[in-house]
Amino acid sequence: MTNLDRFIETFLNGSVLAKYTPSILQGVWVTIELSVLIVVAGTLWGALLACIRAYRIWPVSFLIVIYADIFRAVPPLVLILLVFFGLPSVGITLSSFAVLFVILGLTLGAFAEEIIWAGITATDKGQWEAARSTGLGFTQTLGYVVLPQAVRMVIPPLTNRAIAITKMTALGTVIGVPDILNQATTAQSFSGNASPLTLAALAYVVLFLPFVILSRWLESRFAWKKG
Amino acid sequence: MSLTITRPAVRNPGQDRGGAAAIGARPTLEVVGLKKSFGTVEVLKSVSLQVAKSEMVFVLGRSGSGKSTMLRCCNRLEEPNSGDILLEGEKITGRGVNLDRLRRRIGMVFQSFNLYPHLDARGNVTLALRKVLKLSRDEADARAITALTRVGLADKAANYPSQLSGGQQQRVAIARAIALEPAVMLFDEPTSALDPELVGDVLGVMRELKQDGMTMLVVSHEMAFAREAADRVVFMADGEIVEEGPPEELFGNPQHERTRAFLARYSQ
Ligand SMILES: Nc1ncnc2c1ncn2[C@@H]1O[C@H](COP(=O)(O)OP(=O)(O)OP(=O)(O)O)[C@@H](O)[C@H]1O
Ligand SMILES: [Mg+2]
Repeated sequence: MTNLDRFIETFLNGSVLAKYTPSILQGVWVTIELSVLIVVAGTLWGALLACIRAYRIWPVSFLIVIYADIFRAVPPLVLILLVFFGLPSVGITLSSFAVLFVILGLTLGAFAEEIIWAGITATDKGQWEAARSTGLGFTQTLGYVVLPQAVRMVIPPLTNRAIAITKMTALGTVIGVPDILNQATTAQSFSGNASPLTLAALAYVVLFLPFVILSRWLESRFAWKKG
Repeated sequence: MSLTITRPAVRNPGQDRGGAAAIGARPTLEVVGLKKSFGTVEVLKSVSLQVAKSEMVFVLGRSGSGKSTMLRCCNRLEEPNSGDILLEGEKITGRGVNLDRLRRRIGMVFQSFNLYPHLDARGNVTLALRKVLKLSRDEADARAITALTRVGLADKAANYPSQLSGGQQQRVAIARAIALEPAVMLFDEPTSALDPELVGDVLGVMRELKQDGMTMLVVSHEMAFAREAADRVVFMADGEIVEEGPPEELFGNPQHERTRAFLARYSQ
């Protein structure tokens, strides 16, 4: 057996692939579901917090900053394990799917809040003044004038962060979420062959590459020349 | 609609242009003893000023003399420390004033245009019409087109600010303000950020607004335009009004030493 044969046998084993592809596809579906939920909820949550912070009511802003700093500082895996194994002992049981969603959603929310807040503060003061001078209120100015500009400004870091966090759905494996990686490692241990992991890697590429391309498209779509 | 009773034309000798300052008529905008400090620096030291209906008043003064601050106090973008602002006789300073309601009656045009970059020209004009005046989309669009036509840019309604020249951007900004049909318009150096060849278009629009009877308070260094179009010129120095009068008097025969020094520098 040549080295190449051995390589193919190990990483691209046809019969193993055929056998475990269906379960990996199930994992793909779980990963997609989780990713969409995390991105939508995390981004909206972060945007909401950034908007609340814009009112500059200091105790509220202070709490938001504490939250954002904690969730940006602690590795998500630590929080996932803490919540999944800790909460049942105080009588709260969440599914592994729910724990992964909540922790990663909150993590993305923390980053999104900081990123969108940076966009809000970077928006020219003249925009506020122009809008307020026409009689728009604070909330209207924030919603119709400042936030649309802030979000466009921060689309590149926001999408990068969203991709980075959704890739962390693979962490769900450690608490038994049946995502791509979990299905693949299960298949790998049953078959004693690494091909399911190859397939998992491929699935991640197929899944996230369009996301990366979409983020490039969004960047150009929402970019406007500075006048 | 209320009937306006025109008084016999008794004119203030100092304000004999355009018949705008009939004695007894209530000024459209009145600034009374306005004071403003930033920290310990007193930027406005009791400024008083009146702008009559349909009058165009020019404010001149060196950089840092407090012109912008005075203008920004008029719609309370800057909060004065004391003194009053009256709009059509109604006090708009102090507590309990609905700022958003009063600001829609005071148009403001900025040196840096401050158009909304994410909205096209029409969207820039309609935003306040829809969200402040609560007009329907059709009504707001119609009014925006009217306003853009007045500034000569009806054909640019679908252009974004980045697709407009500086002069065009400033005219859209003027359209945004006049669409709300304000009682008075404040201009803070509307042409200072423009290339010289674009200044004329903006001044042309301001001239037409004046002909249509708009009340305007203008901070600008366009001396030739002030001479030609202003009813009155006010000279400020160190947070005070040093001298005021019709342009031919203020430019032709300035009474105050600081006015003379300023004009000498600017007419070079
Ligand atoms: N927000 C602020 N905080 C502190 N100081 C300020 C602020 N705004 C203005 N000033 C100061 O107040 C003074 C008057 O400023 P203002 O902008 O009214 O002058 P101006 O006459 O409009 O000058 P310019 O011709 O340069 O526009 C200046 O000394 C300026 O530094
Ligand atoms: Mg100024």
